[in-house]
Amino acid sequence: MLDLGGGFGALLRKELLRFWRVAFQTVAAPVLTALLYLLIFSHVLGEERLVHGLAYTAFLVPGLVMMSVLQNAFANSSSSLIQSKVTGSLVFVLLPPISYGAFYGAFVLAAALRGLVVGLGVWLVTLPFAPLWPAQPLWALAFALLGGAILGTLGVIAGIWADKFDQLAAFQNFLVLPLTMLSGVFYSIHSLPAFWQAVSHYNPVFYMIDGFRYGFFGVSDVGPEVSLAVVLLCFAGLALLTLMLLKRGWKLRY
Amino acid sequence: MGSSVSPVAVPAVAFAGVVKRFGAFTALDGVDLEIAQGEFFGLLGPNGAGKTTLISCLAGLARPSAGSIRVLGHEVQGDYREARRRLGVVPQELVFDPFFTVRETLRIQSGYFGIRRNDDWIDEILANLDLADKADTNMRRLSGGMKRRVLVAQALVHRPPVIVLDEPTAGVDVELRQGLWRFIRRLNEAGHTIVLTTHYLEEAEALCQRIALLKRGRILALDSTANLLARFSGHSLTLKLSGEQELPASLEPLVQRRNGREVVLQLSRLELVETVLASLRQAGLGLEDLRLNAPDLEDAFMALVGAEASHA
Ligand SMILES: Nc1ncnc2c1ncn2[C@@H]1O[C@H](COP(=O)(O)OP(=O)(O)OP(=O)(O)O)[C@@H](O)[C@H]1O
Ligand SMILES: [Mg+2]
Repeated sequence: MLDLGGGFGALLRKELLRFWRVAFQTVAAPVLTALLYLLIFSHVLGEERLVHGLAYTAFLVPGLVMMSVLQNAFANSSSSLIQSKVTGSLVFVLLPPISYGAFYGAFVLAAALRGLVVGLGVWLVTLPFAPLWPAQPLWALAFALLGGAILGTLGVIAGIWADKFDQLAAFQNFLVLPLTMLSGVFYSIHSLPAFWQAVSHYNPVFYMIDGFRYGFFGVSDVGPEVSLAVVLLCFAGLALLTLMLLKRGWKLRY
Repeated sequence: MGSSVSPVAVPAVAFAGVVKRFGAFTALDGVDLEIAQGEFFGLLGPNGAGKTTLISCLAGLARPSAGSIRVLGHEVQGDYREARRRLGVVPQELVFDPFFTVRETLRIQSGYFGIRRNDDWIDEILANLDLADKADTNMRRLSGGMKRRVLVAQALVHRPPVIVLDEPTAGVDVELRQGLWRFIRRLNEAGHTIVLTTHYLEEAEALCQRIALLKRGRILALDSTANLLARFSGHSLTLKLSGEQELPASLEPLVQRRNGREVVLQLSRLELVETVLASLRQAGLGLEDLRLNAPDLEDAFMALVGAEASHA
């Protein structure tokens, strides 16, 4: 198993402090963005529209919460890594006897926790517009954590891979954003033409959001067990890949 | 300052056949070097010699293309955690994390080494580096020289038995440089092994017991500082002849260099001073000025680096 060792706690604490110090940008700003999405989309698309027998605004909330979790988890690990690479301060983490398992664990857990904090914030500010309590809180939490961990892992890969901020932006704009937007955040995939429904089933983010929505409503496009299996598999694969890259020192130790 | 105990016979640092290539370029070309425990060791060489690359390989930041490196017997790749626990490195680049204060930076760094409550030692380091009044200042608000001293502090939080400083005094003012050296010397006296690179040769001369001279990834010379000085430098005599007179032909072979009207003669033995003066008297030459110069590392450095260059 992973040998976390002494450095894990310190690295995790440092990563958490890093975003919490600038919570205005890292938490408040994305919460506000999600709230604007909710107000605009529900206004434009009409309150009377029903999806899965739910008011559209209510349907939209879990999708927005999950989208915020995912995007912020990715942003946390990727921007922390690229910043410390560009400034050179990553050397402080590379010199101590921190195992690659501890390195990975700390960055991913911090990313998932930032995702959860932002997600929680989004859910709280949408309460006045769409009072919504999760029917299956454990399912919701499991998908939020796993989704955050997956995107946090992608963020680790992207942050290590990118040498410049615009490369990171490309990763975000051409991979993360399309995957999250085209995953059923704003609609049920049953409203899509058959072809796009089929395509959606190849998008792992679809399962994260569908499973998370199940946690709120107890209904979903796919069974939650299936979604959980897909998401777990996805996480395991990405985690293994990242650990392998870190063990080799890919792009970190030259 | 309890350094972890290792048998004295184990070298503090051992490089064996270390090669580092960057594509077709060879930055380290087979470095063999052992540094004993407790030594104050100097790693000198011109820009681009490979000093930082060698230190990066030692610290595990870079991986050698061939060869192996041990810190107190622990291989830096295979046994990296044990090796890194014993090593404190002050990087050459002035880097810092802008999110934290000086004390936070040092606490976090302690945590990376698995040390939880370290404030007593942190305070001692801060006092010795004259940073105590900056403990709660954000890193961004420090001057360049202060940031450099925090880098030194960061390398010391885990009391490493082997301390490597890659140009720690660049940009640090004279007074603090003295203070820094007093502190490093004290650590050395307490048993810590010190490996230092610097371009201030007087510093190396004053501090280091042994010196390796690196150029183009190869060790050109490796000896005690005293021997290096004796072998490559010796005394020199600076003369300024009065008027437009020429040096007698018999003294030409001793000429090391000319500086306008000044001539610097290399003396392999101090007694040669008398021979020189006798020749001048015989030729009936008058002197405007005369200075005897003690051996210094700069001469040794120039002799070695220059000799290599003329072979190339
Ligand atoms: N990452 C790298 N990629 C390619 N070449 C490199 C890399 N790092 C160093 N080099 C080259 O290796 C050589 C040695 O560089 P190094 O930084 O070790 O020199 P140095 O002795 O520390 O010099 P200085 O006194 O200027 O600090 C240089 O020619 C440098 O250009
Ligand atoms: Mg250097």
